[in-house]
Amino acid sequence: MRRTVSLTKGLNLNLEGGLTSKESVGKACVGRVAVVPDDFPGFVPKLDVKEGDKVSIGSPLLHDKNDPSVRLVAPAAGVVEAVVRGARRKIERVVIAVEAAECQAETCEPFAGADADTVRRALAESGLWAMMRQRPFDVVPNSAVKPKAIMVTAMDTAPLALPLEESVSGKTAELKAGIEVLRTLCSGPIYIGVERGSSLPDFDGVEMVEFPRLHPAGNAGVQIANIDPVNKGEVVLTLDIVTLVRIGSLALTGKPDWTVEVAVTGSEVEHPQVVTAVAGAEMTALVGGNVKDDGRHHRVISGNVLTGVPVGEDGFLRYPYRQVTVIPEGDDADEFMGWASMSPSKMSVSPSFIGRFLRRKFSPDARLNGGRRAMIMSGEYDKVFPMDILPEYLVKAILAKDIDRMEALGIYEVAPEDFALAEYVDPSKLELQKIVREGLDYLRNEV
Amino acid sequence: MKALRNYLNRIKPNFEPDGKLHAFRSVFDGFETFLYTPNSTSTSGVNIHDSLDSKRVMIIVVLALMPCLLFGMYNTGYQNWLAAGAASFPFWQIMAYGFLAVLPRIVVAYVVGLGIEFVVAQWRREEIQEGFLVTGILIPLICPIETPLWMLAVATAFSVIFVKEVFGGTGYNIFNVALVTRAVLFFGYPAQMSGDKVFVSTGSICGLGYDLPDAFSGATPLGQIASFSGGDLELLNLQGNVISTWDAFLGLIPGSFGETSTLAILIGAVILLATGIASWRIMLSVVAGGLLMGWIANVFATPTYPASFLSPADQLLFGGFAFAAVFMATDPVTAARTNAGKYFYGLLVGVMAIIIRTYNNGYPEGAMLAVLLANALAPLIDHCVVQLNVARRMRRLRQSAE
Repeated sequence: MRRTVSLTKGLNLNLEGGLTSKESVGKACVGRVAVVPDDFPGFVPKLDVKEGDKVSIGSPLLHDKNDPSVRLVAPAAGVVEAVVRGARRKIERVVIAVEAAECQAETCEPFAGADADTVRRALAESGLWAMMRQRPFDVVPNSAVKPKAIMVTAMDTAPLALPLEESVSGKTAELKAGIEVLRTLCSGPIYIGVERGSSLPDFDGVEMVEFPRLHPAGNAGVQIANIDPVNKGEVVLTLDIVTLVRIGSLALTGKPDWTVEVAVTGSEVEHPQVVTAVAGAEMTALVGGNVKDDGRHHRVISGNVLTGVPVGEDGFLRYPYRQVTVIPEGDDADEFMGWASMSPSKMSVSPSFIGRFLRRKFSPDARLNGGRRAMIMSGEYDKVFPMDILPEYLVKAILAKDIDRMEALGIYEVAPEDFALAEYVDPSKLELQKIVREGLDYLRNEV
Repeated sequence: MKALRNYLNRIKPNFEPDGKLHAFRSVFDGFETFLYTPNSTSTSGVNIHDSLDSKRVMIIVVLALMPCLLFGMYNTGYQNWLAAGAASFPFWQIMAYGFLAVLPRIVVAYVVGLGIEFVVAQWRREEIQEGFLVTGILIPLICPIETPLWMLAVATAFSVIFVKEVFGGTGYNIFNVALVTRAVLFFGYPAQMSGDKVFVSTGSICGLGYDLPDAFSGATPLGQIASFSGGDLELLNLQGNVISTWDAFLGLIPGSFGETSTLAILIGAVILLATGIASWRIMLSVVAGGLLMGWIANVFATPTYPASFLSPADQLLFGGFAFAAVFMATDPVTAARTNAGKYFYGLLVGVMAIIIRTYNNGYPEGAMLAVLLANALAPLIDHCVVQLNVARRMRRLRQSAE
């Protein structure tokens, strides 16, 4: 009998542009890929390559200044086309022009069954270590970390997302090998969070925990908070089940696998579909020609509408997303007295909008729909925050930079993504995810 | 609508930092965002936002207050007709009279309050916040109709500046701004805020209504109770007839402008609850607290405290109790913010309102003071709830350390 956690707080957004089929329509022809260090919080990038270098799949591109064995690697073979730097020479992304899709890959010795040190080194050098996160702080874990537990999430409840389980069906061998690898990292429990009624088989030494399909129940942080909450001084590793399969397949074969199934979704996409591509693939390869030509401004988001990054049509697929969402930008709209609207096409959780009661899908744009205000309404965040935490008070403690208060209110248990729904429903339009990220970074530097 | 948009676009440069009207940038911005939803899109975090914003929240509260305002107009006229001993009650004339009586008060409250908001917003280089839209309509509703306009202006200015702006504006205040306005009037000018002369409009306006004689007495039911000195307690209306429970429910009794009609307040409550704007937890627990304390007072009824003879239901119908429960206690900024805290906060308001009105003969009504007291205690209530959460986390930490 699997353990079941029932969560009642949360919200599934009913958006237009969902997938009709979960089968991939084929391989996208990817000309360029990019690795963006910003997608790996806590990772201080140091370059291992320069423009013009030839790289193969799995070649190191960057390493962490504070933990040099942890690397980010090339997901495709080719030539380093550009190292794009921003203000103060910060490395924004490393772009690779893909040359031969089936090119040589950097392989390592298969390490299934190896000792802990070998496993850790192999994971760090393969680039897969950086795909994991830890609580507290939601950062790339240190390669020597001793976690009290590991949380693997096998569900993606984000709006319009491709269900995670679909991507790993039939990969039981890899999953088993992956779990073996996790075992060497952690002496504590390993949990896999699955959807209620999931067909994923049970594995030895792993506790399967069922959650309802109600966003944000798919967030690893929400899952661990409801099973085995993180206390001060403890570390929990979190990863999704696709990363677990990658770890398993690396352990079995020594070959890295950077293919990724990407859901192309959103109300401004002509044909919502699943495309097989490679991590960091350019957007043009994923959505090119598939965006509605309706004269509106578009927002091309790498990821889902809640946590994803608006990258534009010339951007790249960002980690950890396996999804692209295209929605109207909305900056070209002229809405007269929008606050008074009785239109049924307005999406809201508030019963003051008719749309709240209709079983229909919505196509919201990226406007704030109001001005930024102080926190006025109370209890709005709580309704979509399924953890034993008082989000309003935690946010206020972060804004006040009060470290003791942040600790007392549970900042070690949260990640910015957990606040995404609260940020969506907030009538005061506060930038909660940004506030939480800054708070986590501040705390990490101070303690 | 296109023409209006074009006009706004044309005059907008005047309000930019180097335009000749840049001192009114906040005012222009306020009107522009009121007329047209701003096109600003999200730059960080979530890419879509819920359609609800603070403008809509505030306007819904103003809408919910409309039944009280309209009924207040009628009742103001009705009381004047009644006091003059009129035989017929022409509806439209009464409404017109009530409208003319309250209009200057609404104008004064808005001009003074919004004027200060505009100046402060410009000074702080912020957007104008909508909070005063509600406060400005609440102030005339909770004050006696005969409050002199200059007093209203002074009290409004005082509370907007010292209760809201010095704390940082809407969302930061500790006390309910409208209630402090009334408290300033109550303690600053007691003669004009209580007694038997102020709750009924005594003069004719633009030829409508009646000029009442100086000897006229129009005490509210709670005023009659407070000045009660033995004998049978009978609450009388302006013609000397007994006030029925039905009259009290409809609100055809003397009282502050907008808070006499429990019916109109209930309509407002339905609007607020159906739209999810006000907290049902607070409303429910204020009523529960009022009934509980009313019942206790009634069980131990004593002639020393004549209000204790009122039944618990009457306690809810008279005075400002219902209005406070629906519109004042539920102000999200000054109420308790945690869900558990809201129950306790509401109970406190309900119980204190009845205690003050029953056991303090100096104050005929306690709702205002009860809400202000609960406002002051709300952070403490929340602190206790938050500490429970913190204590759970600390206990977990200790357990895992063992």
